[in-house]
Amino acid sequence: MYDIKALYEANSVNEAIELMQQHPDAKIIAGGSDVLIKLREGKLAGCELVSIFGIDALRGISMDEDGTLRILPLTSFSHITKDPLINEHIKVLGEAVDMVGGPQIRNIGTIGGNISNGVTSADSASTLHAWDAIVELTSAEGVRQLPIKEYYISAGKVALRPAELLTAILIKEESYAGYKGHYIKYAMRNAMDIATLGCSVNVKLSDDKKTILGARIAYGVAGPVPMRVPAAEEAVRGKPVCGETVDAFAGAAMQNINPRDSWRASRDFRLHLAHELAKRALTESIRLSGGEI
Amino acid sequence: MGIIGQSVTRVDAPDKVTGRAKYTDDLADKSALIAKVLHSTIAHGYVKSIDTSEAERIKGVVKIVTCFDVPDIPFPTAGHPWSTDVHHQDIADRLLLNRHVRYYGDDVAAVVARDEVSAMQAIRAIKVEYEELPFVLDPIEAMRDGAPQIHEGFDHNILAHTSYEDGNYAEAVKEPGLIVIDKWYDTPTVQHCHIENHICYAYEEAGKINVVSSTQIPHIVRRIVGQALGRDWGSVRIVKPYIGGGFGNKQDALYEPLCAYLSTVLGGRLVKLDMSREETFASNRVRHAIRYHIVSHVRADGTFVAGKLEAYSNQGAYASHGHSICAKGAGAFRQLYRYRGACKGDAYTVYTNIAAGGAMRGYGIPQMMFALESHVDDIARRLNIPPLRLRQMNLMEVGYKDNFSKNENYFDSFNQCIKKGMEYIDYDRKLEEFSHDTGDIRRGIGMAVFWYNTAVWPISLESSSCRMVLNQDGSVQLQLAETEIGQGADTAFSQMAAEELGIPLKKVHIISAQDTDVTPFGTGAYASRQTYVGGFAVQQTARIMKERILSYAHELTRMTVHNLDIEDGYIININNSRRLMSLAELATTALYSLEHSRHITAESTYQVKSNAYSFGCSFAEVEVDIPLCKVKLVNMINVHDCGRLINPALAVAQVHGGMSMAIGYGLSEQLLYDKKTGRPLNNNLLDYKLSTTMDHPHLEAQFVENYEPTSAYGTKALGEPPATSGAPAIRNAVLNATGVEIDTAPLTPHVLFERFREEGLI
Repeated sequence: MYDIKALYEANSVNEAIELMQQHPDAKIIAGGSDVLIKLREGKLAGCELVSIFGIDALRGISMDEDGTLRILPLTSFSHITKDPLINEHIKVLGEAVDMVGGPQIRNIGTIGGNISNGVTSADSASTLHAWDAIVELTSAEGVRQLPIKEYYISAGKVALRPAELLTAILIKEESYAGYKGHYIKYAMRNAMDIATLGCSVNVKLSDDKKTILGARIAYGVAGPVPMRVPAAEEAVRGKPVCGETVDAFAGAAMQNINPRDSWRASRDFRLHLAHELAKRALTESIRLSGGEI
Repeated sequence: MGIIGQSVTRVDAPDKVTGRAKYTDDLADKSALIAKVLHSTIAHGYVKSIDTSEAERIKGVVKIVTCFDVPDIPFPTAGHPWSTDVHHQDIADRLLLNRHVRYYGDDVAAVVARDEVSAMQAIRAIKVEYEELPFVLDPIEAMRDGAPQIHEGFDHNILAHTSYEDGNYAEAVKEPGLIVIDKWYDTPTVQHCHIENHICYAYEEAGKINVVSSTQIPHIVRRIVGQALGRDWGSVRIVKPYIGGGFGNKQDALYEPLCAYLSTVLGGRLVKLDMSREETFASNRVRHAIRYHIVSHVRADGTFVAGKLEAYSNQGAYASHGHSICAKGAGAFRQLYRYRGACKGDAYTVYTNIAAGGAMRGYGIPQMMFALESHVDDIARRLNIPPLRLRQMNLMEVGYKDNFSKNENYFDSFNQCIKKGMEYIDYDRKLEEFSHDTGDIRRGIGMAVFWYNTAVWPISLESSSCRMVLNQDGSVQLQLAETEIGQGADTAFSQMAAEELGIPLKKVHIISAQDTDVTPFGTGAYASRQTYVGGFAVQQTARIMKERILSYAHELTRMTVHNLDIEDGYIININNSRRLMSLAELATTALYSLEHSRHITAESTYQVKSNAYSFGCSFAEVEVDIPLCKVKLVNMINVHDCGRLINPALAVAQVHGGMSMAIGYGLSEQLLYDKKTGRPLNNNLLDYKLSTTMDHPHLEAQFVENYEPTSAYGTKALGEPPATSGAPAIRNAVLNATGVEIDTAPLTPHVLFERFREEGLI
């Protein structure tokens, strides 16, 4: 039994916005795999909920005319993993969300919920950061876009205004064309776990596969929100594909993050992992791009 | 006949896989009032006052009971058979609700409401004022001068201290040239994680308090509820339906006494108390974390000469099973290996301010085996002797007899089990091959043996009762106090009864649920005892039953009973195997005969005054990713000599479950407490890293079937032993892979990170 004061079900984006305007204290619920846990713990006891789960217009993955990948927020993790567009252009996102929880969670959990929780460990978040994703937010005032980096404000807090809804996640062609990436989730067990550290790297190589034209890296759990490490990306731009480049990348990555010390893992251990995961994720991304190392 | 030894389908399988099987929550009437417990938010102190005024105003709240309201009757909770000798009785140190709270999660008050939502709202609205006292989480710190006193009358918080000395240790260590290996080993606090949390409901009817509970031990819980409520034991009735596992946590009275009490203060209304997973971790029982100090004095050729054990067991806040666990491990230390000169042991069980340690699958042996089997590999490494050879030189010899239990090591079980394990895992080849591994990812192979015994004689009572009732169609009701807790006991007993009576298995209707008003007396599922102890009761009762059937057959056939037998449900003449009549015909005649009507039944109690060793081993193969500080378990086998297998498929399943628990114990599971507050940090299934199927390789289970001579059907312990040797086998495989001795279980990446850094590997 859940301690819910009221549940309002929206059938369209407009209806959801109206319901949020009428019930400003209400929380949005989609798949429920996070909200119901908080309810059960008593943290949201007595709350009002606006359910957007029935809005089918917010499900699916498509490509805009300009080549932008459009991922609608209610798309479940399992659907993302199996989607042909994702597999063709940004396969690592499908792989990353396939590491969430277990099969049941991946069937009910949505990518929109995953990032709108604002948690640093979300398996989709570091990859979306690493691919320069843009979020599309809709309210009564209209539609606005934000780079995902600006969507995350602080732990558990995203840039949604009152009565505003995440309505799409966009990845532009320039962000994915020519890139291959790899995500490593470091967790204490192989399923049903949250990342101790997540590391998503992608790379674009020169035609001869000898030079790194661009590389991007984002971590989860290396700070209060998912984070890119521009210093590491700069360190390898235009550099030859070789072991030293990988070491420089990992070294710069580790020096520019600030993970916390907690009972879940020590800061030293997370820093050690950050270095090793950056190395492994870049090496694998290079390999996927046809480079040799 | 041969039903024993066959992998027949579990008798409860159809009901369980179709969801028809009823568990406690399925049986509770939907009108039940819902009880919730308010747990303390400090680790040690006194409740000064409780303000329930706001909580009482919440709609749906029926009753709030606090620690100031409950009777002052301390009671014990351990699921041990009662002892009529006052010195052997369990320590009575609990009240239904406690003003002196002794751990974070102790029970302070209870709310009864019409539904769960109002009950939880009331729990959150109760205000408790505490007087905080210093607390202590570690047993060695708790023994120090000036440590917080947790229970009155226990000097330095020591619940019990026992010691032994075989030979003269001080003399034995004087032998010239001995090499000393002196080390400490640490084992973690873990929880059982049975799939069904503890749940019970209670109501009064016909002058009795009735409790339906998810328990392993209905008859024992009846006694404890009687003690806790100050009632005659006969006025308490416990019903045990199907349960979703227990692993020892439910070999304790958990919340049955409180639930029964809440019903009585509400005029006997139906009250249900269902634990959450978080409460199960924080406020049920845990496996004792035990710290060991082992000193071995050995010759350079590998001969063990003198051994010394110190064991410090973290009892937590209440006595529960207490010292029995630590003492059992210490007992194994003096038997498993032959220290030729002397063996000395000191075992301490110490109160601390964490959740109470109780029974958990293995009862002190998983802890002891982690320490001792790690230690033996450490000795082997120091002496540069292959670990298997060192074991074979020093393990308990065939023919060894323990004078206390009268257990005898009849067979060469260790070597037979080791041989099977080696062959399966290709031990010798891999040991050689892996020794050349260098680089970031290294493979390793390790093994460990285990010592176990069966049931609790002669420390406690061992008896079991059985009832059989013949129906018109020649089928039989079979009833025992021994409980089905998921392990397959009902199936094993049904196989025994069918074979002994000479009837098909489908003609045996086992009554799975126990009802202390109806079920014959017995003590329940623990100590890997039921197949062994219950086997005697089934055999004896079936023989009485058969004698009565054949005696009636004599009346009908005029043939001497000595020429009669029952085979496949027919009365036969044993001289020519001719079928004289079906058992159905006999039973119908007996019941309705106008000449001599008789309802054929049998009931008997068998007291067991023997015990049996149950030995075996585990082999594990790992890949260690050194930079990632991670162990991947690649292959694992357990080999058991548990005597004759009653049902091989169920035996394999039992071993798989135990191996899975051992994997978690070795690699990932640990209940953590905040050093600043004493609060459990990870009392949920996300943060407590129970291993998943994705963390398991194929689990191989094999057996050596030496017929146990003391046993009714040649069988002995298999319930707990599978959980005992896996963790040290994995630890020794990691040692083999990396050369790093890791003396703390579980071998989490955090531990590996620290140790690899110390050793300069990363």
